[in-house]
Amino acid sequence: MLSDLSGWAIAAVTVLGVLSVASGIAVFVVDSMARATFALLGSFLAVAGVLLALDLVYLAVVTALMMTIEMAIMVVFMLMFMMNPAGLMPMTMVHNARGSAVLGAGAFVVLVLGIWLIDWPTRDVSRPPDSTRQLGEAIMGSHMLVMLLIGIALFATILAGTVLATARGRYDRFGSGLDAQQPADPVPGGLPR
Amino acid sequence: MPEQTLAEAWGSAPAVLAVVAVGLVLGLVVAGVDRAVVSGGSGAAVEPIRSSARLLLEQRRTTLAPDRLLWRLGGTAVPVLALLSLAVVPIGGRTLWSTSADLVWFNAMEALLWAAVWLVGWGPNAVHAVTGGYRFLAQGLAYELPLMFALITAGLAAGSLRTTDVVAAQQDLWFVVTMPVAFVVFVAGAAAFAFWGPFAAPTAADIAGGVSSELSGVDRLLVEAGRAIFLGASAAMAAALFLGGGSGPWLPGPLWHLLKTLAVVAALVWIGRRLPVLRPDRTVEVGWMVLVPLTLLQALVVAVLVLTGFYA
Repeated sequence: MLSDLSGWAIAAVTVLGVLSVASGIAVFVVDSMARATFALLGSFLAVAGVLLALDLVYLAVVTALMMTIEMAIMVVFMLMFMMNPAGLMPMTMVHNARGSAVLGAGAFVVLVLGIWLIDWPTRDVSRPPDSTRQLGEAIMGSHMLVMLLIGIALFATILAGTVLATARGRYDRFGSGLDAQQPADPVPGGLPR
Repeated sequence: MPEQTLAEAWGSAPAVLAVVAVGLVLGLVVAGVDRAVVSGGSGAAVEPIRSSARLLLEQRRTTLAPDRLLWRLGGTAVPVLALLSLAVVPIGGRTLWSTSADLVWFNAMEALLWAAVWLVGWGPNAVHAVTGGYRFLAQGLAYELPLMFALITAGLAAGSLRTTDVVAAQQDLWFVVTMPVAFVVFVAGAAAFAFWGPFAAPTAADIAGGVSSELSGVDRLLVEAGRAIFLGASAAMAAALFLGGGSGPWLPGPLWHLLKTLAVVAALVWIGRRLPVLRPDRTVEVGWMVLVPLTLLQALVVAVLVLTGFYA
């Protein structure tokens, strides 16, 4: 595996890997929610860089794209749910230090053992010229069923999460008889409904 | 790799410098056209350079207890990301670097720009700036998906996410003919991501300048330049993806692409400056409820055309 890569790629993977771990640690060191969120984004971007160095352009770019959107939305919610929503007062991301240390060490041991003990298969086919096309054909072909199920499950989770989180249901919007002409929304939104 | 990239043709360092230079010129052109449309022709070419020089010399103001690291990071990221998005825009028929996911790269740079502008709003620890930042998040979220679908529609018709392939697929027919909705949504979405013109609510006067209210000196220059460069890069990308790039009679290809880019910039600024600033609370829903289905429908039409062999 490593022998396929050029010296530059190995150096980039190493540096970016260290960077991603370092900014992952920074998430728990910094004392502001905005900094913690963007340290996490930095960690994800470093992982995207690793994928880029491995010549998996589509996966790299899509990782950067999705994680950026996710972090930008998450920072709003994290700030909202903080005890101090202004966010510039000191805070910490570390809770239940002993339990999380045990969990973290356990996960580390399991992963390291897995990496070194499992007899990983070696690649016996040549590299495809276009990894993006190969990925698309896998998702739209042999793995279509899995992707569809995951997509529906994710969508159902989003809907369920929103339904559970919102304090306002249809009776709040359209009245107890559901017969109001206009929904009573706090923010109009723009469309005449 | 069907063709050479700019980096392969000229060497990495000269190619990067050339793309940065093209980006700066595009930014100056956008700022100049903007100036000409807003306040008549006088001094339109000189004014952006003069105000840039003034901002370079201006002393920085600061606020009480700013998050300086994130503030500077966001401000620097805006022009850097605008230039990075230019890396997959064909210049003289070649892109700085060519991957099998160019369109997604362009989209990812927009998403990062989105996060960077929020940082610019968050950094100064000031109420108007952070209000503008939140406005930009809501606005960006609403226009992100339509913009993504518009980009993908062009890739769908070409059967490739590589920009040069998309340009090559328009030899016979410009994509704007079969995907006018995607073209308009792409240009409007780019304006929304540059929080410019009718989408300038994040920097609107009702919140005293919003995201840019506490910017001064070189920080303001970086953000303003990044906006202009991003608008210019998006116009060049729109010309490449929907208007056939360098295809045209008589003139050489790069000149055609330049003319089309200038036409997109002129049309964007001329129309954009004639519209009022749209209030996010009255337009964000339009993005979700109208533009998303509309761009999906556009993608469906193009997908059916692809299946019938229309683009082959």
